[in-house]
Amino acid sequence: MDIWLQQLFNGISLGSILLLVAIGLAFSFGLMNVINMAHGEMIMIGAYCAYLAQQLLEGPLGASAPDVSFLLALPAAFAIAGLVGMGLEVTLIRRLYGRPLDTLLATWGVSLVLQQLARSIFGAPNVQVTTPSWLQGGIAVTGSFTMPYIRLFIIAMVLAAIALVWLYLVRTAAGRRTRATMQNREVAAALGVRTPRVDMLTFGLGSGLAGLAGCALALLGPIGPSLGTYYIVDSFLVVILGGIGQVVGTAIAALAIGGANALLEFQLSASVAKVLVFALVIAFLQWRPAGIIARRAAR
Amino acid sequence: MTSDPKNNYWLRRRFGRRTIVKAGAALAISPAIASIAAACGGDDDDTAPASGGSGGSSGDTIRVGILHSLSGTMAVSEVAVRDADLMAIEEINAAGGVLGKKLEPRVEDGASDWPTFAEKAKKLIQSDKVAVTFGCWTSASRKAVLPVFESNKALLYYPVQYEGLESSPYIFYTGATTNQQIVPSVEYLLQEGKKNFFLVGSDYVFPRTANKIIKAQLGASGGKVIAEEYTPLGHTEYATLIAKIKSSNADVIYNTLNGDSNVAFFKQLRDAGIKASDLTTMSVSIAEEEAAAIGGDVMEGHLVAWNYFQTVKTPENEKFVPAYHAFTEKSGKKRPTSDPVEAAYISVHLWAMAANKAGTTDVEKVKEAMANLEFAAPEGPVKVHPTNHHISKTVRIGRIRRDALIDEIWATPGPVEPDPYLETYSWGAEFAKEKKS
Amino acid sequence: MTAATARLTSPGARPRELLRLAGPLVPILLTGAILFLAPAFLSDFRQNLLAKFLCFAILAIGIDLLWGYAGMLSLGHGVWFGLGGYAMGMYLKMEDADGRLPDFMNWSGLTAIPWFWKPFEHAWFALPAAVLGPGFLAYLVGYLVFRSRVKGAYFSIITQALALILSIFFVGQQQYTGGTNGLTNFSTLFGFTLADRATQDALYYLTVATLLLTMLFATWLTRAPLGRLLIAIRDDEDRVRFSGHNVTLLKAAVFAVSAALAGLAGALYVPQVGIISPANMGIVPSIEFVLLVAVGGRATITGAVIGAILVSWARSTLSENYPDTWLYLFGALFIGSVLLFPAGIVGTWRSLLRHRRLPIRRPPFRAPSAVRLDTPGASHE
Repeated sequence: MDIWLQQLFNGISLGSILLLVAIGLAFSFGLMNVINMAHGEMIMIGAYCAYLAQQLLEGPLGASAPDVSFLLALPAAFAIAGLVGMGLEVTLIRRLYGRPLDTLLATWGVSLVLQQLARSIFGAPNVQVTTPSWLQGGIAVTGSFTMPYIRLFIIAMVLAAIALVWLYLVRTAAGRRTRATMQNREVAAALGVRTPRVDMLTFGLGSGLAGLAGCALALLGPIGPSLGTYYIVDSFLVVILGGIGQVVGTAIAALAIGGANALLEFQLSASVAKVLVFALVIAFLQWRPAGIIARRAAR
Repeated sequence: MTSDPKNNYWLRRRFGRRTIVKAGAALAISPAIASIAAACGGDDDDTAPASGGSGGSSGDTIRVGILHSLSGTMAVSEVAVRDADLMAIEEINAAGGVLGKKLEPRVEDGASDWPTFAEKAKKLIQSDKVAVTFGCWTSASRKAVLPVFESNKALLYYPVQYEGLESSPYIFYTGATTNQQIVPSVEYLLQEGKKNFFLVGSDYVFPRTANKIIKAQLGASGGKVIAEEYTPLGHTEYATLIAKIKSSNADVIYNTLNGDSNVAFFKQLRDAGIKASDLTTMSVSIAEEEAAAIGGDVMEGHLVAWNYFQTVKTPENEKFVPAYHAFTEKSGKKRPTSDPVEAAYISVHLWAMAANKAGTTDVEKVKEAMANLEFAAPEGPVKVHPTNHHISKTVRIGRIRRDALIDEIWATPGPVEPDPYLETYSWGAEFAKEKKS
Repeated sequence: MTAATARLTSPGARPRELLRLAGPLVPILLTGAILFLAPAFLSDFRQNLLAKFLCFAILAIGIDLLWGYAGMLSLGHGVWFGLGGYAMGMYLKMEDADGRLPDFMNWSGLTAIPWFWKPFEHAWFALPAAVLGPGFLAYLVGYLVFRSRVKGAYFSIITQALALILSIFFVGQQQYTGGTNGLTNFSTLFGFTLADRATQDALYYLTVATLLLTMLFATWLTRAPLGRLLIAIRDDEDRVRFSGHNVTLLKAAVFAVSAALAGLAGALYVPQVGIISPANMGIVPSIEFVLLVAVGGRATITGAVIGAILVSWARSTLSENYPDTWLYLFGALFIGSVLLFPAGIVGTWRSLLRHRRLPIRRPPFRAPSAVRLDTPGASHE
C-alpha cells in the first residue's frame, strides 16, 4: 500500500517537474507557433543562476549561504532567463516570423552556442549546488512513504506559477492583450495591440519560467552544460499532448506523462517505460491530433 | 482527376529558366568543390598511402595524438584526462623529451560521438602520423576506434577502468580491468557481511558486463542479487528506482551509473531519507571530481572502489598532486586528481619510457619494450603485464569525505596482476571462454 | 515526344531546347566528373572522409525531397539512416562471425543467434532490407501520422520523439543490437578485407555511382507530375486534397522514398566508417542532417549535395582545427544559414544570377515565355 502511495506521489512529482519545464514552452508555442529548441538552455541558465548565487554569497555568509542564496536565485533565474529569452526573440525569432521550421533550426544553433558558452564560462564538469537546509529531508508519512521537501516545494512552485500565469492572463491588461493575440493576431493588431511587444513579453515570460524550473531542478539533478538536453523532448511531448497554447491541457498532459512514467517504470524498467510512454503519446495523437484540449478558435 | 490548371501551368513556367540557371549554378559551384578537395588534401603531410603509425617523427619533434571528448556529454569527465596527458607531455619535454626529441601533442575532439572518435582516430594515424595516441573514456568510444588502430597497426593507450574481456594487440590499458576494481570490491563487501546486492547501472556495456561478472561472483560466494536495474544514459529522475530500493531488503547498492545520472541518483537518494549510514553504496564511476560536482554533503560516507585517490600517500603522489593542481589552474580552474587522471598520466610516461628503451617510436618495437616495464606511479609501483597489455595496480576502497576527497579504508597489500578474462577465478569460466584463441 | 522533336528541328528554339533537355544532367555530370577525379588529389584518410560525406549527400537528397519539395521537416531521419546502417552492420557481423555468435552477443549473455538476425547472413536479404526496411516502416509511420493530419511543427516533433525512442530502444536491447557500442569491428565485405585500400576505393566509387543515380532519380522525380504535386502539397495542401488527390498516401509515399534513401546512405556509410551505433540515430545527428539541406538550398537537388559536402567538411575541419570552440562556429552556421541565406547556397546563387531576391517559399510569377515544357494534361490530371 505504502509503495503505491509513494508511486502516486512520485508520479505527481515528475508531472510537476515536466509541467514546470513545459509551461513556458506551451506559451511561446501557443502564441507564436514557434518551436524554441533553445528552451532547454533557459533551464540550464536557471540552474547556473542557483550555482552563481551560492558562489557569490559563500564569501559573506559562509555555511549558511545556500539557505539564503536559493531564495535569491529563484527571482534572479526568472529575470535572467527571461531577459535572455527576450533578447533571443528580438534579435532572432522576430526576424523569422512565419517560418516556424526555420526558427526551429536557428534556435537549435542558439542552443549549441549557449551550451558551449556555459562550457567556456563554467568549465565542462558539472558544478554543484548545496541544498538549503530548510529543503533537506522530507516528511515520513509511513515507514517507506516519504515526501521529500524538495519535491513538495517544486509542486508548490508549479501551483504558484500556474496561478500567477492564470492571473496574469485573465486579470491584467497585458494578459488580455496576450490572449487576444493568441486568438487572432491580425484582429488584435488591427485593434491596436502592439503584437511584437506582446510576442517579446510572452517569450520572455516562457523563458523566465524555464529559468525558474532550472533553478529548482538544480536541487534534484546535475548542473552542467548539457542539462537542457535532458528535458527538451519531454517538454515538447507535454506541449503537443496537452494541446497548443492550453494551460489546462498542458497540466493534464504533464501529470499523465509523469504518472504513466512512474507507474510503468515501477513495473518494468526505466528504458522500457520511457519508450512505452512515448509510444502511448503518439498513439493518443492518432486519436486526438490536436491534443487533450484542442484550440477552438480559427488561426 | 483534376488539379488546378493555373497552378500547374505556373509550375511548368518555372522550369523554363530554372534549368538554365541550374546548369549555370553547377558550373559556377564546381570550382568551389574542387577547391575544397584541394584544401582537404592540402593539410595532409602527403597523399601517399599511410604506412601505419610507425612514423610520427618530423624534424626535432615527435607527434603524439590525444583523442578525448571536449564537447558533448562526456566532456564532463574527459577534459580532466586530456589535461593529465598534456601535463605528462610537458613533464617529459622538460626532462629532455623522448629520444632527444620534444613531444608535440595533437588534440582532437571526439565530441562524445563514437563515429567521430573513429574518424578522428583515422585522422591522427593516417594524416598526422602520430607515433601513439592517448585517448577515449567510454567503452563505446574504445570499441569504435579499436578496428582503426588494429587495421593501421597503431598504438592506443586507454586510461579508464573498464569492463575487461578485451586485450587488443594495439591497445595498452592503464586503467583497472574488472579483477582490479569490481571483483575485489565485491569481495570486500562480502567480508563486511553484505549479502544482498541491488545492482543499479546506466544502460550500456560497462554496467551490464560488470553486473554479469558480479552475478557470477556472488553466485560462487554465497551472495545474492536482489534486483538489477538500468536507466538510460543521462536519466535524471530516480524517485521510482529509489522506491524500488526502499521496498527491497537490499543491504548494499552496487552502483555503475555513469556521469550526470549519479548526481541525480545521490541527491534524490538523500532526499528520500537514505543516508550512507543507512544503506551502503559502492560506486565504481565516482571519483574526486564527480563527488565534488554532486556535493560533499550529499556524497559523504558513500564508498567507492578505485586504484588511486588524491589522498594516497606515496612520494610520487606528493609531487603529482600539486603539479596537476598548478597545471589545471593555468587553464582556468584547479581540478582534483582522480584515478583516470592518474592512469592517463601513467600511460604517457609508460609510452615515453618504452620508446626510450626501444630507441625508436616504431610500434612493434615499443610494444616489445612495454613488456614488464615498471613505473613508480602516484598510486604506487605498476608493472606492465608481459602479454595482456594491462598493468598491475593496487586496489583501494575509499570513503568519500565531506570535502569530496576520498579516504582509503581498505587496500590490497600490493599491486594486483591484471586478469582481463578472469581466467584465474573458479567462477570465471564463462568469461574466459570469450578470449580469442 | 514528336512535339519535342518537331520543336528541336525548328531553328529558333534549338539551343534553348537542347539546354533544357541537357540542363538537369549538367550538375550530375559535373558532380560525377569531380568526384571521380577527386581521389587523385586526396590522401586515403580524406578520400574516406569524402566518401562519408557522399553518404550524407544521398541522405540529404532524401531530406530535400521531403522538406524542400514536399514541405515536411523530419527531425528523425537518423532513424532511417540508422536502420539501413544496422541492416548492413548485421550482414557484416554475420559474415565476420561465420556461423558463430557475434562478439557482443557473447558478452551480453546470448547463447544462440536470434531468429531475426538469421536472414541477415545473406547479402540478398540484408542489402535490400537496408533500403526497403526503412522505406516500408516510414510508409507505415507516415500513413498513420499524415492520416490524422499531423503536419508542420507537430510532424517535426513527432519524428524527433521517434529518433529519441528508437535510440533509447536500441541502447536498451544490448544483446540484440550491441547497445551503446553499436555494431563495430567489421573485417570483411563479400570476402574483401575492409581495411584494404582497394576495397575502400571500390566502396568510394560505388558511393559516387549511387549518389549520381540518386541525383538522377531525384531530378526525374521532381520533374515528373508527382514532383509537382509535392510542391503543390507544400504550398497548399488543402487545395491538393480538394482537387481529389489522396494527400495522405502521397505524403506517406514521399516520406518512404526519403527514408529509403536514408537507409541506402546508412548501408553505404557502415563499411566505410566501420561503425553504426545509436549515436547515429538520435536527435543530434538527425537535426544536423537537416542543416545539410538548409545550407545547400532547399528544393534543389544540387543544393542538397553541395550542402552535405560543405557542411560535413566544415564540421570535420572546424573540429580538427578548433577543438575547443568549433561548436560556436557550428551553431553560428545554423543561425546564419537560416537568418542570412534562407535560400541556401544554390538558392542565393540563383537569386544573384537574376539580380533580385528570390523568397524561398513563393517564387515570383514570371510572364509566360515561348517555350512550353511539356504537353498539357500530364498523367495525374
